Amino acid sequence: MTQATADACEQITSKTEEFVRSDRMPHIWCPGCGIGTTVNCFTRAIEQCGVDLNKLAIVSGIGCTGRVAGYLNLDSFHTTHGRAIPFATGLKLSNPDLKVVLYSGDGDLIAIGGNHFIHAARRNLDITVICVNNFNYAMTGGQVAPTTPIDAIGTTAPYGVCERSFNLPFLADSCGAVYVARWTAFHVRQLTKAMVEAVNKRGFSFVEVITPCPTLYERRNRLGDGLARMEWYKENSVIKHDADTRECDIDFQGKIVCGKFVDKEDVPSLLQKRNQKTEELRVKGIACD
Amino acid sequence: MEKATAPSNHNNKPKKPRGQVSISSERCKGCGFCVAFCPTGALEMSEGYNAKGYHYPELANPEKCSGCDLCGMYCPDFAICGARVPWSEAASAVTKE
Repeated sequence: MTQATADACEQITSKTEEFVRSDRMPHIWCPGCGIGTTVNCFTRAIEQCGVDLNKLAIVSGIGCTGRVAGYLNLDSFHTTHGRAIPFATGLKLSNPDLKVVLYSGDGDLIAIGGNHFIHAARRNLDITVICVNNFNYAMTGGQVAPTTPIDAIGTTAPYGVCERSFNLPFLADSCGAVYVARWTAFHVRQLTKAMVEAVNKRGFSFVEVITPCPTLYERRNRLGDGLARMEWYKENSVIKHDADTRECDIDFQGKIVCGKFVDKEDVPSLLQKRNQKTEELRVKGIACD
Repeated sequence: MEKATAPSNHNNKPKKPRGQVSISSERCKGCGFCVAFCPTGALEMSEGYNAKGYHYPELANPEKCSGCDLCGMYCPDFAICGARVPWSEAASAVTKE
């Protein structure tokens, strides 16, 4: 290789590289884990959004996905378990100009933080929630989560889960989210586009990303490694835009319905409604500043 | 410096710009996403190991690389990226230590 070619190659740097803290690499995620792939999509999405990086905050809770906040070289907060949404609520209400993106896992957002999730969606708080769903509590050893599909095996369900699992798009939709989409880690281009739309959306926007967990979920259920799972997503995903979210349940080894399910326009956010109320009261002479 | 021009093929059309990948072999954990999902089949897993004992990818067919950066989007370890480069600079991979 000539020196000129080597110089040209040196100039090629990953688009993700500008957004990650290179001194923290290599990261803790297992070989074949899909969280890193979602981070690639996210970094490209914020680049495409053209959002001012000084006006962007990433909030995450605890768990494998919770580490994203630590690895991204942006204003980021690694909060306590399940309390990413309360933290983001305070952050958004006190800094209305800030773009707040929540990046967390299913265990953090939907299990311990489930109540915060439904109330943030109900209030239509202007935040973007990216939920990386790997079907179990991966960081603590593969225990059964509310998203583990029925009949799947987990550390705490060695003979298979007998409870019904959450259908996250339906949960978000029924609580009032204005943007709901689901993609898998295989659909990188579509996922990037969904993240761009979600970040630009005013109101509570929710993107669920299905990712492989080869060390725990896939290994216990004998579903192969991360690559086998990605190939499986490729073959078993059904893209159905505007599908009824009630029919987006995930069964163990069943088809995964992907797509953009909800995209509502002009729904007033919590901040807009609060400002409107304050204005009404000021007109009546009741409110003080 | 005079700008290099692409050699013409039999149709007298300039050759399309080709791609280039940069691989940080020490970051790789050998998941194989990049090799499996490369749309042109330009990558292959190398015979060699990195310090952690994983096989890392290499640009086995440089003429096939289009520089689409899909490998860079799939790589969960941020270890590979692709880019479109002028033809004269293409056709070889850099493996960073």
